Amino acid sequence: MFWGSRKTINMNYFPDEVLEHVFDFIRSHKDRNSVSLVCKSWYKIEKYSRQKVFLGNCYSIGPERLIARFPGLKSLTLKGKPHFADFNLVPDDWGGFLYPWIKAMAKSRIGLEELKLKRMVVSDKSLELLSKSFPNFKSLVLVSCEGFTTDGLAAIASNCRFLKELDLQENEVEDHRGHWLSCFPESCTSLASLNFACLKGEINLASLERLVARSPNLKSLRLNRAVPFDTLQRLLIRAPQLVDLGTGSYVHDPSSEAYNKFKAAIQSCKSIRSLSGFLEVAPCCMSAIYPICENLTFLNLSYAAGLQSNELTKLIQHCKRLQRLWILDCIGDKGLGVVASTCNELQELRVFPSDPFDAGNAAVTEEGLVLVSEGCPKLNSLLYFCQQMTNAALITVAKNCTNFIRFRLCILNPIKPDPVTNQPLDEGFGAIVRSCKGLKRLSLSGLLTDQVFYYIGMYAKKLEMLSVAFAGESDKGMLYVLNGCKKLRKLEIRDCPFGDAALLEGMGKYETMRSLWMSTCEVTLGACKMLAKKMPNLNVEIINETEQTDSNLDDSQKVDKMYLYRTLVGHREDAPEFVWLL
Amino acid sequence: MEVGLKMMSMKGGGDHFGGCENEKMGFEETELRLGLPGGGGEGGEVVRKRGFSETVDLKLNLSSKQDPSGIDPNDEKVTGLNKEKNLLLSATDPAKPPAKAYVVGWPPVRSFRKNILTTATQKSSSVESGIEKVAFVKVSMDGAPYLRKVDLRLYTSYHQLSDALAKMFSSFTIGNCGSQGLKDFMNESKLMDLLNGSDYVPTYEDKDGDWMLVGDVPWEMFVESCKRLRIMKGTEAIGLAPKAVEKCKKRS
Repeated sequence: MFWGSRKTINMNYFPDEVLEHVFDFIRSHKDRNSVSLVCKSWYKIEKYSRQKVFLGNCYSIGPERLIARFPGLKSLTLKGKPHFADFNLVPDDWGGFLYPWIKAMAKSRIGLEELKLKRMVVSDKSLELLSKSFPNFKSLVLVSCEGFTTDGLAAIASNCRFLKELDLQENEVEDHRGHWLSCFPESCTSLASLNFACLKGEINLASLERLVARSPNLKSLRLNRAVPFDTLQRLLIRAPQLVDLGTGSYVHDPSSEAYNKFKAAIQSCKSIRSLSGFLEVAPCCMSAIYPICENLTFLNLSYAAGLQSNELTKLIQHCKRLQRLWILDCIGDKGLGVVASTCNELQELRVFPSDPFDAGNAAVTEEGLVLVSEGCPKLNSLLYFCQQMTNAALITVAKNCTNFIRFRLCILNPIKPDPVTNQPLDEGFGAIVRSCKGLKRLSLSGLLTDQVFYYIGMYAKKLEMLSVAFAGESDKGMLYVLNGCKKLRKLEIRDCPFGDAALLEGMGKYETMRSLWMSTCEVTLGACKMLAKKMPNLNVEIINETEQTDSNLDDSQKVDKMYLYRTLVGHREDAPEFVWLL
Repeated sequence: MEVGLKMMSMKGGGDHFGGCENEKMGFEETELRLGLPGGGGEGGEVVRKRGFSETVDLKLNLSSKQDPSGIDPNDEKVTGLNKEKNLLLSATDPAKPPAKAYVVGWPPVRSFRKNILTTATQKSSSVESGIEKVAFVKVSMDGAPYLRKVDLRLYTSYHQLSDALAKMFSSFTIGNCGSQGLKDFMNESKLMDLLNGSDYVPTYEDKDGDWMLVGDVPWEMFVESCKRLRIMKGTEAIGLAPKAVEKCKKRS
């Protein structure tokens, strides 16, 4: 079709291959989606040239439709269960099964090369099918998944001849203590990234050493706690090119020969920029790492429960170039002060609770955070578990760091007010959203009224994800957010007094969002039913954990857990009995 | 605990499913439901528990009929807030340090991380008594459509566990444990009586992969060795009885 006057260039004069080549440079999903809307011919070209697809909710579209839409699919990211499933709020068997996807892609002969999954149920059967169906398969990344055993890993190792990446992060894996690692054939030399830190069981150390020795491209290696110190040392000698290292067990006698060998080995690993692991750690051995600290950009000590604050700070003092730091709260406020004075390039900080059950014992307070904000102006991503927080501190942080993209605060007592003024933390969070115009993700905690939501709706114009717990006073709170946050995609709420009025008034918004989770709020079954009826493009699911069946309940009863999401394919067919699809 | 309190309201006449209860709940009841870990619970412990449960018993929020206590009447801002939050303010009294409490899913830390941390602390610290802080196991019940997970470390006796399971799967009756919490395994006929009834019986898979009747070993030993729980009909569990009696006899 000819558009415009002769003075304008008609892009359709270009052959398809040229357009395709141009589209190759467009990587972002959003942009590619836009491209496909321009005209029919662009839609077609984009469709066949699209290789990477990201599905934030695996139930928003079915595998068959996805394959029909993008037959050239090579790289797929899928997310399954709602975020709160990470915290035991979603019963097992809720859903998020990988198998149907693998089955459909295998059947359609999709040339799958990469698969990244989060919160999905991955069976050994699906891993086996995967390993046998896609000859060019290169990369498997599983984050917070479950349902598989080391047998499934053995299938991947055995059959994926060109595997480059096997990255297992915080999965629940049943360890059959088999020799999955030994299943990598001698001919497999393509590994660039291997992360099995989350596995609990023994592995064949000799096989591991041989594997590493024949993998010249290996850049990232993260071991589990079953790999002892002397193996670590031998691995380092074989892989001095490593960029990312996760130690296994880091316990050894500092006067031993093995320890000296390790010190020598690690010094020759001049490329290491990222360090993690230390699941078992002997504090006296940490000094061996000092020589590589000055080059580190990412340091993850969040599992190193054996390190005290002074050891942590001694280590961190060497890490001047650090950009990302994950640490336990035993570092303390003073320790964070050391971080602030040393790590001026810091962009991301995560402080985890070393004792997640004892609300009285978190060792960091608002003071540590303020110190970090003063020393690290580039800070843009925060996850902070703390004992307490004040409005004054948050206001100061907001002034010092205006670049926050992610701001997640978790006060261990979730309804704790400002301990100095006894006020809610509305003003503090208000300052954050006012100051950080690029804020995309926010998690609230502490005593909070509707006012904080007023601020969020007013100022957090770029906000995409909001997590709320034990906050607010009335429906107004939720409505401020639904009406004001134009870019909101995910909203998850637990234990807040938001009810039917808010849920229903926000109806029009939900199709513009990926999902909404509300648990232990004031929402009734009747309202959920009404919502489901009026919005056919939404799946409204109720998780019913009592024994009651449909007929016993009336509409005025409050719903314990509701999860709704937009979808193109209607009700899912794999919902268990306790999930009601309205 | 969310689950505990929810089930309580079901027992009391069940016209709510989940969420608010209109009945008044004494603090005492809700204390138990907090599932405070660790042994004991008498004396000084109780005082601390009460202080904290006033503050963090977040399920109380739903019954605004509770009388707030310990509120500073001069604080005007306070009166404008939800009653639930008022209850909270008394907790800032440093004389009542918060005791441990457990609310489902809070703090928002992946159980993977929780489990790793506690095992790590155990191994590298010589001061720790070596007791694992978490022991999440899956619980299934024959006939129930869903699985649950429980943290065995929240309970200090079979009795508490039995209560908690009863609340989780409330429409089924679980056979009670004996007064000391241990089943009378030495008395085979008593055991057979229990198993022949229509009650459900909790069983567990131990570290060796064997399925055992719950209650045959001292509590601590049970927590260490239990990998998963299954609540089955008494009649089906009969097959386990001889094994249980065997193991018990061997031990004594």
